[in-house]
Amino acid sequence: MLFHFHGGIHPDEHKLESSERPSARAPLPSRLIVPLQQHIGAKTKAIVQAGDKVLKGQMLARADGMVSAAVHAPTSGTVLSVDLHAVPHPSGLPDLCVTIEPDGEERWIEHAPLDYRAMPRAELLAKLQGAGIVGLGGATFPTHVKLSINPAQTVETLVLNGAECEPWITTDDRLMRERAAEIVQGIEILRYLVNPAETLVGIEDNKPQAIAAMRQACTGTDIQIITVPTLYPTGGEKQLIKVLTGKEVPSGVRPLNVGVSCSNVATAYAIHRLVNHGEPMISRLITVTGSVRTPQNFEVLIGTPVEELVKFAGGALPGSNGFILGGPMMGLHVSNGQLPVVKATNCIIVESAQLFPPPPAAMPCIRCTRCVDVCPAELQPQELHWFAKSTNFGKAQEYNLFDCIECGACNYVCPSHIPLVQYFRFAKSEIWAREREKRAADAARERHEFRLLRIEREKQEKAEKLAQKEKAALAAKAAAAVAPATDSAPAAVQPAPAAAESAADGATQSRIQAAIDRAKEQAAASKEKDTDILTPQQLAEMAEIEARRADIREIAHADAKQQQEQQ
Amino acid sequence: MSQPIELRAAPHQHSGRSVPVIMRNVVYSMLPICAFSVWQYGLSALALLLTVTAACLLTERLLNRASAQPNTLNDWSAAITGILLALTLPPAFPLWMGVVSGFVAIAIGKALFGGLGYNVFNPALVGRAFVQAAFPVAITTWVPAFATQRFSELVPSTLTAPLMMPPDVTAWIKQQSVDAFTGATPLARWKFENVAVSANDLLSGAATASTGETSAILILLCGLYLAARKFMDWRIPVAVLASAAATAWLFQLYDPAHYPSPLFVLLSGGLVLGAVFMATDMATSPVTPLGVWIYGAVIGVVTMMIRYFGGLTEGVMYAILLGNALTPFIDQFTQPRVFGAQKDEKP
Repeated sequence: MLFHFHGGIHPDEHKLESSERPSARAPLPSRLIVPLQQHIGAKTKAIVQAGDKVLKGQMLARADGMVSAAVHAPTSGTVLSVDLHAVPHPSGLPDLCVTIEPDGEERWIEHAPLDYRAMPRAELLAKLQGAGIVGLGGATFPTHVKLSINPAQTVETLVLNGAECEPWITTDDRLMRERAAEIVQGIEILRYLVNPAETLVGIEDNKPQAIAAMRQACTGTDIQIITVPTLYPTGGEKQLIKVLTGKEVPSGVRPLNVGVSCSNVATAYAIHRLVNHGEPMISRLITVTGSVRTPQNFEVLIGTPVEELVKFAGGALPGSNGFILGGPMMGLHVSNGQLPVVKATNCIIVESAQLFPPPPAAMPCIRCTRCVDVCPAELQPQELHWFAKSTNFGKAQEYNLFDCIECGACNYVCPSHIPLVQYFRFAKSEIWAREREKRAADAARERHEFRLLRIEREKQEKAEKLAQKEKAALAAKAAAAVAPATDSAPAAVQPAPAAAESAADGATQSRIQAAIDRAKEQAAASKEKDTDILTPQQLAEMAEIEARRADIREIAHADAKQQQEQQ
Repeated sequence: MSQPIELRAAPHQHSGRSVPVIMRNVVYSMLPICAFSVWQYGLSALALLLTVTAACLLTERLLNRASAQPNTLNDWSAAITGILLALTLPPAFPLWMGVVSGFVAIAIGKALFGGLGYNVFNPALVGRAFVQAAFPVAITTWVPAFATQRFSELVPSTLTAPLMMPPDVTAWIKQQSVDAFTGATPLARWKFENVAVSANDLLSGAATASTGETSAILILLCGLYLAARKFMDWRIPVAVLASAAATAWLFQLYDPAHYPSPLFVLLSGGLVLGAVFMATDMATSPVTPLGVWIYGAVIGVVTMMIRYFGGLTEGVMYAILLGNALTPFIDQFTQPRVFGAQKDEKP
């Protein structure tokens, strides 16, 4: 039995352009630009330098932190640079990339299949991280994190996402048609990792051949292939889980909390390549379509420049004016063909004014509620738009801004052509920025309060010590005064007070001296403590602490992002 | 890296449905009603429709210019206001008063709030409410439908000189061979004479009424077109009509001798026109699933309260204006559950 989620849209599919040609292996490009950050989470640490010779599959950067995944050389060659380069990111900011000049020999580093059944689960997960396996549905969340299940949790359903609901994209379609058996092997590994009671593969009914191929590959297994109606955004993680199981993943938690683990079919395939062939994630299937001569799917090395890939597809047709990385609903528009494809790139659509006319100027919202009708998260986009526009972020959060998965359905139907998703992204990033600032301010305030407290405490301790010493001195004096009175020997009477006096004098002297020494010592010590003068060692330590903190923040951030994982 | 930043954000595709398309279709859907009213009331109705619509368009354009805004005539919303307003006025309403109502509708009902989408009240009803208060006699002066000379001459009151009182039309009506014209609307006849006009008269368009409110069936058919193409929220007219009928039914149960049947209530006056074309104005009606029903029910019940217990014979206009005023509150208190939230958990 199938369930359905609220809303959804039926945009023109445009799948046939690329889906009927078999996929091909893209030739080696002239150079490969491999970004060090290709996943959601912490940055990686480069372990190669300019001039290094690298082998195919050799690690270029190691994962740094829990939510992080390694990056590998897609082919053998020479590292030209480890430097900033333009990357496909909405910010448009450059990021660290390893640029490799291929030597054309495709020499592999030593690699071997893994005997995963003989391996403890944690070790296999570490292998996934080391091989840079991330979710290929679009969000590129590190797979090992997604599959880390604490012992208290049980997975009832393993969902494999083969919905591929975005128009134009056909990579999962081709992959399932051509490599169904390998996908099923990958699914078996996933099943070993999460041990689900049932395994469901959801595929939209506009891919009958993929469904048939997967059905055939699954005969004799417990894996069920479920045909789901074509409706955007069925491929959204939460939406597909709802359709297949009827369970709704609440805001701010992972599917695991409702007993579901969800992965993309392409991710299953990548896991199969790693476990059964020892190959890390260095290539993926990418649809090249739109305004190109021969739209087609390609097995592409990560880091291939977009321009070169488009050339492999026969080149862009006249009138092309840019690229969409991803689908037309959630993809990123770029005009720079020098950008590399990354693990997240499932599709390159060459744009033209004919295929994607620029939107007309936005008109005022007329509250027609078409956006409410189509929102799969059951939000009120028109209200959120008001709150974002007026920077009323508190209200926006009250209206569940962070449940928005940015699928773009509201934007698609808006008769006023309001860039709703843009407003929501703006509001989200503003709120994140403010929270970061607030956290920083809170930390500073706490530090300051603690310092005041410490100074106060030290003062008190000093005063107490002094009081004690004075008391002791008084007691000594009193004892000295009393002693002669009780002494009955007259001979001893005379010198005794003098001795006591001189002894008391000496004690005072030495006490003053000691106090001066202490003060000097303290002054010296406090000077050394001054944060203005730090040894390189201390600086390094501080940097490390800061990095650790950043990691923690990244994890929290990544969690939020993962909620929005989309096909 | 040195490339200029280009702002083009996902999604890159669009359904193609735009505000002008919606508005244009609403205008199309009103044309049959206009045609029927011209057939009923002749040249006067035609002159009124054209004049009031022109006044609305002209006001909109003038205010665009005055506030240095781009031309907003091409979104067709001013045309809707104009036609809708004309349909709610008596057929022989003096044209100059029609111009005043058109100006008030656009200038005060719409532009003052910031134009399309920002208005709190339905602009056409603001215009109508203004002339109801300003010209109480003219707005309750009715002429019979199907007058014999309706296509050859205008009703004398139509061409009243600006700022002048309209002439008496009883003489003109006597010239027309119309039987049994009472000069009162069915609602007024029920209220003041305790006469219930038959459903047959109400349906045929022979009853005395405003320009566009005589044919309930035609209005419903036009509404059906809009609802089928999703240009209108069908729940609002259903809620308005159902709640009005239910109220009428309860009162009839209480005192069948005095209170009319639900059918009479639905067919008389401007209830159907208001429910289908006025209450459904997108900018001034609620957006939440529950809110839409509450809003419709409020309008239906308040209409009946005004009709039964108010000084006026018709209450649709004020009921809808009240509903418009309540809209933000209704929306605020009827926020639906979001995906993933528990049923009993407030979003």
